[in-house]
Amino acid sequence: MSGLSYETVASFSQQAGLIYFGLIFLAGVVYALWPSKKAEFQNAARMPLDDEELT
Amino acid sequence: MSAPSHPELKAPAGSAGLLALSIISALVAIVAAGLSQDPIFRFQVEIFALGAIVAAFALNAGLASGSLREDPDRYSDNVIKAGVIATMFWCLAGLAAGTLIAAQLSWPRIFYFPELGFLNFGRLRPLHTSAVIFAFGGNALIATSFWVVQRTCKAKLAGGIAPWFVFWGYQLFIVLAATGYLAGATQSKEYAEPEWLTDIWLTIVWVAYLLVFLGTIWKRKEPHIYVANWFYLAFIVTVALLHLVNNAAVPVSPLSHKSYGVFAGVQDALVQWWYGHNAVGFFLTAGFLAMMYYFVPKRVERPVYSYRLSIVHFWALIFIYIWAGPHHLHYTALPQWAQTLGMTFSIMLWMPSWGGMINGLMTLSGAWDKLRTDPVVRMMVVSIAFYGMSTFEGPVMSIRAVNALSHYTDWTIGHVHSGALGWVGFISFGAIYCMVPWLWKKAGMYSNKLIEWHFWIATTGILLYIAAMWVSGIMATASLKPSRPSMSRTSSARSAA
Repeated sequence: MSGLSYETVASFSQQAGLIYFGLIFLAGVVYALWPSKKAEFQNAARMPLDDEELT
Repeated sequence: MSAPSHPELKAPAGSAGLLALSIISALVAIVAAGLSQDPIFRFQVEIFALGAIVAAFALNAGLASGSLREDPDRYSDNVIKAGVIATMFWCLAGLAAGTLIAAQLSWPRIFYFPELGFLNFGRLRPLHTSAVIFAFGGNALIATSFWVVQRTCKAKLAGGIAPWFVFWGYQLFIVLAATGYLAGATQSKEYAEPEWLTDIWLTIVWVAYLLVFLGTIWKRKEPHIYVANWFYLAFIVTVALLHLVNNAAVPVSPLSHKSYGVFAGVQDALVQWWYGHNAVGFFLTAGFLAMMYYFVPKRVERPVYSYRLSIVHFWALIFIYIWAGPHHLHYTALPQWAQTLGMTFSIMLWMPSWGGMINGLMTLSGAWDKLRTDPVVRMMVVSIAFYGMSTFEGPVMSIRAVNALSHYTDWTIGHVHSGALGWVGFISFGAIYCMVPWLWKKAGMYSNKLIEWHFWIATTGILLYIAAMWVSGIMATASLKPSRPSMSRTSSARSAA
């Protein structure tokens, strides 16, 4: 029990949580701003506008 | 099998199988009702058997007459039409129940019925919340998701008869839950009141819904999965997860309606509010944001203001919301750090919420004149404004010191209604006003004037409601203050430390 005190677990989870959340957010922003995705996202923004009937 | 006049039409795959399953489940339910000594269990199982028998007859008639047949080259719109009608029906039922319980609070001498115990406030209150959230909101979400996923994937709904099973199965869930509450079957968990039998039924229906949605995305003709489908998918997957964990329970016996949850004490409270707040975050927010991201651009004929922002909005919202639940448990046995964690994540939610609000509102750029000419656009814009308002108010209320004032008062009820009526209600009505003429191939709604009336009456009503509840909530706290000295002392001592 000595190695795994409340303080150890709390400080590890706080730091790991910060890093993990920061990285996830960064990944989301990088994906959204990726230059080669620009055209795809611009077309996607118009997707609701050009949906008529099937076939 | 094939009708000579429509050689290309055929009954959806799985219809006969579903017919067989309906008959078997009806038989099992009847036997279970006969064996059980528990009157509430028998009542619930008999309603289920009735539902299964009606389903079997309807499927049989549909197969025999050919009315179930569908053109494989057209979108499945009939199930969406049914969804729109069900949405409006449950809306009326839910609002009527809300009005009745409000009258019970205001005039208990008139609206308390001692001889009709099942109509007391404690039984009608979950009926009202479940009817507006799950019956009205849920049907609006299922119907619009079926519309949006087909149109943005350029694919017909997957699963043959499954979309109809999802629709009618969900209605049966609503009836089982509502009649269960009136009969006294409840787990006493807010927004998760239905007992284990009804929970299992909802799980089956929800998994079918997930599979229909995923199957439709799987066979899409568009390579890109539109952002609204991401929001719908987050809503479906997360609600499935929340439902399974929060309703983990052991029945007293297989023939009893009653069950006991596997969690106890503060762990139970934490799981309940992890569920409860994410019912707000994923049922009442992510799903309706999907509506916003499709119907606002469609109606104003402008592209989404920033598609990049919508991606950041999505990922930030789903990663942050899931942690906000503990703010419902300030000043409880939940460890202080967990309360603070919930509060911190609630405040962080300002960023994606307001990012999403700005993205929705700015989609109107270049089409602001429609705000004046089109009451449906105005309704959707006011709904986004209410989204911004209530997602600002919520984090404020999650702050421990503010929560000491607001919790257990009418302020909370006012906050919920600004979100539910202002945001969820208005974006749903906006979507319905768009979809109805498209579905029934009409030039427009019956009367634009009536939509104007709807808009102004509802907006005035919601504003009066939430303003009255702010006043009433603060007054209640002020009057309770002498009996809450420990609470205010604790909070000031902590903030001083």
